[in-house]
Amino acid sequence: MLNNLASHLNLLFSGGGSIISLGWVDSLIIIVYFLFVLGIGWYLMRFTKTGEDFFLAGRDMTAWIAGLSFVAANLGSLELMGWAAASYQYGILAAHWYWIGAIPAMLFLGIIMMPFYYISKTHSVPGYLKLRFGDGASMLSAVSFGFMTVFMSGINMYSMAIVMKVVLGWDIHFSIWVSSITVMVYVVLGGLLSAIFNEVLQFMLIWLGALVIPVIGLIETGGWSGMVARIQHNFAGGDYTHLWRTMGSFQDNPMGIHWTGIVFGLGLIISFAYWTTDFLVVQRVLAARDLRSAKMAPIIGAAFKMMVPFIVILPGLLGLAVIPGLVGEKEAIATGAHSYNEVLPLMLARYAGPGLLGLGVTALIAGFMSGMAGNVSAFATVWTYDIYKPVHLKLKGTEGTDAHYVKIGRWCTIIGVFVSIGTAYLVQQFASIMDYVQALFSFFVAPLFGTVILGMLWKRTTKEGGFWGLFAGIGSSIAMWAWVKIDPSALKIIALSEHAKDMAENMYRALWSWIICVLVTVIVSYMTKPKPEKELIGLVRGCTDIPSEGHLPWFKRPIFWASLVFVVFLALNIIFW
Amino acid sequence: MVGNKGISIWFFIGSLLLIYGVIITAANVYEMIHPTMERQVVLKNINFGVWWGILLLIIGFTYFYTFRPWKNKKTNK
Repeated sequence: MLNNLASHLNLLFSGGGSIISLGWVDSLIIIVYFLFVLGIGWYLMRFTKTGEDFFLAGRDMTAWIAGLSFVAANLGSLELMGWAAASYQYGILAAHWYWIGAIPAMLFLGIIMMPFYYISKTHSVPGYLKLRFGDGASMLSAVSFGFMTVFMSGINMYSMAIVMKVVLGWDIHFSIWVSSITVMVYVVLGGLLSAIFNEVLQFMLIWLGALVIPVIGLIETGGWSGMVARIQHNFAGGDYTHLWRTMGSFQDNPMGIHWTGIVFGLGLIISFAYWTTDFLVVQRVLAARDLRSAKMAPIIGAAFKMMVPFIVILPGLLGLAVIPGLVGEKEAIATGAHSYNEVLPLMLARYAGPGLLGLGVTALIAGFMSGMAGNVSAFATVWTYDIYKPVHLKLKGTEGTDAHYVKIGRWCTIIGVFVSIGTAYLVQQFASIMDYVQALFSFFVAPLFGTVILGMLWKRTTKEGGFWGLFAGIGSSIAMWAWVKIDPSALKIIALSEHAKDMAENMYRALWSWIICVLVTVIVSYMTKPKPEKELIGLVRGCTDIPSEGHLPWFKRPIFWASLVFVVFLALNIIFW
Repeated sequence: MVGNKGISIWFFIGSLLLIYGVIITAANVYEMIHPTMERQVVLKNINFGVWWGILLLIIGFTYFYTFRPWKNKKTNK
């Protein structure tokens, strides 16, 4: 997620030479990777002819491919670096963002929401809003999503270039241009199909490259108990290996957050908002070949997401055990010591021999590229279908041809990449832009979830209710953010404690803006006239016949696998309580 | 596989892992016999790179063989 982007970007200020240097075998591994992703794009071009091919991968993906792509689009290189650093700083508490901050929401998407997205045959989340609430809410959502997606892509691109400079000593311009042009070429050639196929490939590489650290690390420390003993020895008095025990008070844990913030703010609002309404990830599932595959894809994604802490959080914990003494960014600058933001490359350099180092670096590059491809393919779809198409219809009075929209989609991909590159250079000049864009992104996510969930589950929700609820939710989120900026003491009102830190503020701001969105939507809906039920068929629970799965054996039913994943999720929380 | 036509994505993944397996195994076996690396890694004695390379070879070959495109052509004939 984007919440701790600022901490990743502190790398901006870390000086000194590169942490690791690559041998020719490592370079060969990286070159082969680039050739493969470009080759896949070139090969898939022949299958990308219609709009459905380009924007929705022909709606022909199996549950496995859609599911792996769904989780890979979220698994960027900054995700790997940032959360490894966060686990060095906060311990296993960082795993909340992978477990309670993802799994229930992903399962909810698969079981409850996916039937409506899929049966409505929408091509995007703003597209669903258009069918349900008309142009107002749809356009508000599409424009905000379109801009924020390419801006965030640019910020991630710049951050990745900084990481490559610090870790490998690579030139910033080289990293930005080579990686983004590669992504642009394969997405322009093969559209979403190419993005999805490469994401599955990248997902495998991320795992095989990053898994080296926890495997050798656990051998070195003598397993989990050996690692915990070393951490306790190195940091006597600190609790870095329990998920919930220190959550009773804002002051008892280094995140400065209470369990209510994690459960309600992160677990119920932020994660549901991101995983069920962010089109970047939902687009992957819409490409599934049938309803069962569409329901299974987020469940498969959840199973793999649940395991990601083993390649992200565990390296940070192992760092606490075997390389204590990493410091915060300011201290690192002052003393020349290594920062905990560098824990992942430091661990890679510690364990990875010839070729494995290249594989690890390829995992980081693959992570970045999968995230960027997700951004630009989602941007191209929303811009073409939800912004360009209605405007074209209004101006010309007639629909364009399918081939015309594919052409626009390809141009949008190119423009999206160049706007991202422009944003990356802008951020290089004005670092504070990052904070503002990130904040801007956060304003829309939670209220959008309120609008979509009410629209899907409550047939009384009206067009006016949807629009004004979304508007009020976004407005209140901006107002709360500005209030704390102007008067920091307002934090104790918004986050319920003066001891709350930035993360807690984000959680509670999301919670309040969601509540405001829901309340305004309900009130306005009761004051306005609802759509007749026949117009809500395929869009709303209670008006839609969802195909029965009764004919399937129990082991093929999505609800069985969702229940199994949920039980494992509960078990992990209890084991690491 | 794109619908029922074309080469499976798993074949591409198998091919890449197979190539990586060959490169990493060969480089680490050579390093084991003729240690030349300036940079020392922890637990060098367990030759982890060789084992990881072999793992990539096995996974890569399994996918490469199972999803080979010429298998479908033979079946179709």
